[in-house]
Amino acid sequence: MSGEDLGFLFALLLNGTSIGFMYSLIALGFVLVYKATDAINFAQGEFVMMAGLIAAAILGIEGMPLIAAIIATLAIMIAFGFGFERIVLRPLLGRPVVAVIMATIGLAAVLRGLTPVIFGGETRALSLPIGDEPINIGPASLSPIQLVGIVVTVLFFAGFSWFFKKSRKGVAMRAVADNQQVAQAMGINVERYFALAWAMAGIVSAVGGIVWGSMLGVDVHLALVGLKVFPVVILGGLDSIGGALLGGLIIGIVESLVAGYVDPYVGGGTKDFVPYVLMIVVLMIKPYGIFGKRRIERV
Amino acid sequence: MGTGAGGERSPSVSSMLTINNIEVVYDKVILVLKGVSIDVRAGAITTLLGANGAGKTTTLKAISGVLRSERGEVTKGTIQLGEKRIDGMRAHDVARLGLVQVFEGRRVFEQLTCEENLIAGGHVHRDGAVVRQGIDMVYSYFPRLKERRHQQSGYLSGGEQQMLAIGRALMSRPQVVLLDEPSLGLAPMLVEEIFGIVQRLVQQEKLSVLLVEQNATLALAVAEHGYVMENGRIVLEGSAQKLIENSDIKEFYLGLNEGGSRKSYRDTKHYKRRKRWLS
Ligand SMILES: Nc1ncnc2c1ncn2[C@@H]1O[C@H](COP(=O)(O)OP(=O)(O)OP(=O)(O)O)[C@@H](O)[C@H]1O
Ligand SMILES: [Mg+2]
Repeated sequence: MSGEDLGFLFALLLNGTSIGFMYSLIALGFVLVYKATDAINFAQGEFVMMAGLIAAAILGIEGMPLIAAIIATLAIMIAFGFGFERIVLRPLLGRPVVAVIMATIGLAAVLRGLTPVIFGGETRALSLPIGDEPINIGPASLSPIQLVGIVVTVLFFAGFSWFFKKSRKGVAMRAVADNQQVAQAMGINVERYFALAWAMAGIVSAVGGIVWGSMLGVDVHLALVGLKVFPVVILGGLDSIGGALLGGLIIGIVESLVAGYVDPYVGGGTKDFVPYVLMIVVLMIKPYGIFGKRRIERV
Repeated sequence: MGTGAGGERSPSVSSMLTINNIEVVYDKVILVLKGVSIDVRAGAITTLLGANGAGKTTTLKAISGVLRSERGEVTKGTIQLGEKRIDGMRAHDVARLGLVQVFEGRRVFEQLTCEENLIAGGHVHRDGAVVRQGIDMVYSYFPRLKERRHQQSGYLSGGEQQMLAIGRALMSRPQVVLLDEPSLGLAPMLVEEIFGIVQRLVQQEKLSVLLVEQNATLALAVAEHGYVMENGRIVLEGSAQKLIENSDIKEFYLGLNEGGSRKSYRDTKHYKRRKRWLS
């Protein structure tokens, strides 16, 4: 391999890693909800889209400071996650899981449909005032927003890992995920933890929407990132935070590699389906994902 | 919450928990408890006996309030913890008042470690120090749990899981514990050990226990008072001593004939099965 080839490989890896971190962050929102409530959120991508659009709209207001816009977006998304749980999902408690799944699919469609009505159909720029001078790393480079994305993702993962392992609330939330009925009998207000899980998904989506939107611009297509969530969480395990991180990185890097090495020969498009090929293979050999917990079977 | 309609029995002085003529319906139509009254005496073990499907677990769930999550409902009667009406309350609020259920089949939080199970059990306490004291208290009664503290609880042995389920319940520092078939599937030695610890807990921690068992011999040996349930009704009630001497109990629950000889397992099973069809 020539130096140039190595440089190309390095650039692909770096880019894949950076995108992978974004996938991880967005998958984290999904995992948090699944972990605590057993609900599969098919609207995770739409949450991200919505957050991006809201952030862009608020930042578009003349003289709006960045920090205020971020806080407002976070607050709106927390309220939204909370409200969705409260108003739509709570009446479905105790119903078959599929009812909740359908509700999230419905929400996704509604959000995608309402977006152009409320925000208009055009793509908006969401530009954070952090410059766009690329930062050179060896033979490749990262944009400042990519770096921000990596740092934010790492902080979020560290924070949530700590929360679930070390804090009493986090332990209680895992208890709720493990057995709702028993958790209730232990004095845990299960519904409150459901709401908390959705609020946390709102936080993650807000941050994901702002960062991802800054990279791509915001319009309804931002929701497509939701499609990447499934290969990521299947790979990592639906209920594993570490798995979401690793799954995201693997999918990001694999995508980047096939886009760099395979696409030129076949005319492009492989990166859109290769993650799913990976997902199906994983389902066949390791149905609970790399880190997912299998239910312990005993008599 | 009102004080209820007239015609209730007022709880006797020594009664910690009073179940007064309750009816329980699942899914709006399936009537499972048909007027059940039980007094759980303060600082003692009261036992509720009965065959498969009699409605014992349903009774406990009605008391602890988890019935709701199974679409069950107390449609008649009252449940009183001390002076407070708890029927219709939500499970987590009932737990806060000092009543906790240990479920049939142990049901530890399998994905959590032993100690995390205890931490979750202490959720009602705001103060972390109280939780840490609770953990030490549980370990003093169940030293085996301390050795396993960092192990994932789903991989503990059946006996250890039962100890953990009881220990976890103690973490809320309850006054009343509902124990659902703690002997289920455990070796006799282990059952004896666990029952011994429960007796010590009753004495030292001033617990009041409602113990559901199919193993009547065991239950009556530790209980002060007992009830026998069939088809959602209490059919027999008395001091443990009286129940042990009762011939029906001997025959159906202790597996003994009039003459004292052991009935074959098959006959007993047959009886239980018949009971189930009837219900
Ligand atoms: N969630 C439910 N919905 C409908 N019926 C139920 C439900 N739970 C229990 N039942 C019915 O109520 C009756 C009593 O069940 P319960 O579990 O209380 O019996 P049990 O005395 O605890 O029996 P076992 O000794 O087998 O545990 C049974 O006929 C059972 O089929
Ligand atoms: Mg039962």
